Amino acid sequence: MAKVLVYSELNKGNVKPVTLEILGKLNGQDAEVAIIGDVSDEQVKVLGEYGANKIHKLKGDKLDKYSPEGYANALHNFIKDGSYDYVLAGATSAGKDFLPRLATKFEAGLASDCTNFIFEGDTFHGTRPLFAGKCLAKVDLQGPKPHFATVRPNALGMPETKNAGAGEASDASADAGDIKAIIKEIVASASEKVDLTEANIIISGGRAMKNPENFKILDECASVIGATVGASRAAVDSGFAPPSMQVGQTGKTVSPSLYIACGISGAIQHLAGMRTSKVIVAINTDPDAPIFTKADYGIVGDLYKIVPILTEEFKKILG
Amino acid sequence: MNFELSIEQKEMKDMAMKFSRNELIPVAQKYDEEGTFPMEEFKKAWELGLVNTCIPAEYGGAGFSETDAVMIGETLAYGCMGINTSFMANDLALLPIKIAGTHEQKEKFLKPFTEEFKIASFCLTEPGNGSDAAGIKTSIKDGGDHWIINGEKMWITNAGYADQFVVYGTIDPTLKHKGISAVVVPGGTEGIILGKKEDKMGHRSSDTRGIRFENVKVPKENMLGAPGEGWLIAMKTLDYSRPLVASAALGGAQRALDESVKYAKERKQFGVEIAKHQAIQFMIADMSMKVEASRLLVYKAAWLVDEGQRNTEIASYAKAFASDSCMQITTDAVQLFGGYGYSKEYPVEKLMRDAKLIQIYEGTSQIQRLVIAREVLKK
Amino acid sequence: MNIFVCVKQVPDTETKVQPNGDGTFIETNAIKWIMNPYDEFAVEQALLVKAANAGSTVTVLRVGGVKDTEALRTAMAMGADEAILVEAEDNLDSYSIAKALKGAIEKSGKNPDLILCGKQAIDDDCLQVPQVLAEMISLPSVAVIVGFEQNGESVTVKREIEGGALEVYELNTPCILATNKGINTPRYASLPGIMKAKRKPLQQLSLADVGVEAGDRRVVYSNFQLPPEKPAGKKFDATDEANEASVVAEVVGLLRNEAKVI
Repeated sequence: MAKVLVYSELNKGNVKPVTLEILGKLNGQDAEVAIIGDVSDEQVKVLGEYGANKIHKLKGDKLDKYSPEGYANALHNFIKDGSYDYVLAGATSAGKDFLPRLATKFEAGLASDCTNFIFEGDTFHGTRPLFAGKCLAKVDLQGPKPHFATVRPNALGMPETKNAGAGEASDASADAGDIKAIIKEIVASASEKVDLTEANIIISGGRAMKNPENFKILDECASVIGATVGASRAAVDSGFAPPSMQVGQTGKTVSPSLYIACGISGAIQHLAGMRTSKVIVAINTDPDAPIFTKADYGIVGDLYKIVPILTEEFKKILG
Repeated sequence: MNFELSIEQKEMKDMAMKFSRNELIPVAQKYDEEGTFPMEEFKKAWELGLVNTCIPAEYGGAGFSETDAVMIGETLAYGCMGINTSFMANDLALLPIKIAGTHEQKEKFLKPFTEEFKIASFCLTEPGNGSDAAGIKTSIKDGGDHWIINGEKMWITNAGYADQFVVYGTIDPTLKHKGISAVVVPGGTEGIILGKKEDKMGHRSSDTRGIRFENVKVPKENMLGAPGEGWLIAMKTLDYSRPLVASAALGGAQRALDESVKYAKERKQFGVEIAKHQAIQFMIADMSMKVEASRLLVYKAAWLVDEGQRNTEIASYAKAFASDSCMQITTDAVQLFGGYGYSKEYPVEKLMRDAKLIQIYEGTSQIQRLVIAREVLKK
Repeated sequence: MNIFVCVKQVPDTETKVQPNGDGTFIETNAIKWIMNPYDEFAVEQALLVKAANAGSTVTVLRVGGVKDTEALRTAMAMGADEAILVEAEDNLDSYSIAKALKGAIEKSGKNPDLILCGKQAIDDDCLQVPQVLAEMISLPSVAVIVGFEQNGESVTVKREIEGGALEVYELNTPCILATNKGINTPRYASLPGIMKAKRKPLQQLSLADVGVEAGDRRVVYSNFQLPPEKPAGKKFDATDEANEASVVAEVVGLLRNEAKVI
């Protein structure tokens, strides 16, 4: 049995779902969770239900705000005495940012952005997409322990059966050490939506959007189904949408359960960024657009007519 | 023998292609529809050294070879044959100065084009004289310390925006081609009267119009070569300019081929991609062959210039073959796209309209054949 | 300022990737290599910083295969002053690459004031090297930056996080910054720039020269394969106004009852 620490993040007080996805996959291993800051008893209970034997609440100065150095130092000090074999985390903004630093403190390797993993005995074997998902490869780690891996949100899926752990919570004092890059402020995004990389539903617009204003019809649909709005590179490069919305090889790689592509022809580099979506719906006037080869449900038609009807239909079943 | 581009040439081609894809292809349709001048793209291309490729290093240019120039021309025409015509017209109007200008004239008329963005225009054709260029009627009269130009020119590219013209006229029409002379006329000189912009079938963004010279006075030192040497200068210019014009046809043909291949792999009929149908494969094979054959001719015509060898015959091969092939390939591309090809929603109908002009300007395909026959028969 | 930019050479985004015979990597024979797109932003930022700080030099570093040196030549054609190439296989892992970069910086004999990298390479998509390098040479770092302002030795950068929100960091040079799309618009390499790049110094080193050994590899890839193809989906024609509504209703029904995603 491997001893595995899962680093977990909170979103508005709740444990991010990717932590539970990871715990679900750790059935048979000795799983513990580390969280920086405080966490409610209710969330501790949830972590226990999903298999965490221990929940460590790391508390200390200068940890109220994220910083790559502070978080890496705090976890380094905690982990180094814990004889962990593996440290796993969600491939979130923060996870992707500070885990490489943390791993390097142990001169250890990190398998980034795994979409699946198994344990053979005590040994971790990951699977991860490369070339933005145009290829998959097996990923193994070697060298000093613990070994590190980040796991892509939504990729594993929620475990179907829970495998309860002891769920004991305790505080641990943590030292953020010397922080040279300090956050002055956080500028909230105009939208309150979930990030594309973590979104469960995405509705994206392509070149056919023609201008930024037309994205409104996607926004309206998105607000009905709780989706995040994305864009193709063509739409971003034409100035219809900001780069932060770009899905594809030079944008964000996403794997939501539902991806709705509107007026996106499906250039190879866009397909690479969204092909792992569980269900893909494509709306395009061109019946031969490559996007239809990847779509589970293709609608040949004008997005300006189809999307408003779609929004109304969603309202009917969800409202 | 070596058919490989050098590492630097490959990089230049990559860079030019990036420019074509990012800056020209996205706006080509808009300019075509509006028939407006691509000033912004022209300036960007100038900043990156993509225009005025004929200017030698000693006058501030990059010192490109003719092979470099056709490679760049091909790649820009790939993005838009029409926009490329505006760019290329600068070179056509600077070449006579490069070929026949004195050091002082090059300093005065070439160098400024490397220092700031300027537009040049070449004025040869007249309403009554197209292919029969030796019959031009525009007069260049000796006014003592200056020349006086009177006459009318037609189909003049970049005329509406030019900072500098090279004007061909005759000092004495009875001398026929031995009277023809070339002078450099600064834009804005008194007596230059612009006609209205032509509403054309293709190359709609390029500014083409008639222009009238009414008692236009230019200093004596603005004449290229001696009086009466204009014909010789024009003929030498053609050796440089024909490969360049042919390269534009090559770029357009390559684009039509690429669009066709892409479409043939996407479009399905009878349950399979149309690329799997033999009728389409034959079209693609013919297009592809002609593109490569054009390329070999265009590059050979340019290479001969770089080698200092006479290229008149091969340059005419290149101009005639590449432009005729471009017409055929773009027409086939429209055919291959079917109904979509005829629609402005797809890029190929514009390619077909643009292709036509290249068979006409800078010596029609028929004139090229006359040149070729003369060259072949005199051997 | 001594500015370093780390670039990687990656297959063009249009490349159709094929696993190689033994599944240890991809087929690289026919690949068109380009500079990693995120690294173009790093090169541009380096050139902007150089322009704002008289007397600065931009050194561009790359670890990877030498069959083609496109990325370094492009960076120099854009305006970087010199380049160091560490010859290595194209599928080196992040840890080894970072260690090689550290060694190359030491070999350059210059103390870095600013090191810029793209936020990730679009081949292995790891997002590791800037942070690993930062840890190895004990410098502060901020990754995924979309905004940059310099005020003497202090820089203020904006890091993009979930949902497009921004963390604003203040830190001093020397530091490592990893750029994201949106920070600037990379310039084209001008044609004269390409001609000039020929004459700029390019130093070539081996992994041994920069102190990297086989034992430094931490991540091993195997079994490269194409992702499973999806079975063909269902396609509906809604080009006729009369059936738009019924098609959409049917698809929504399928999403709810068949795919169960709504």
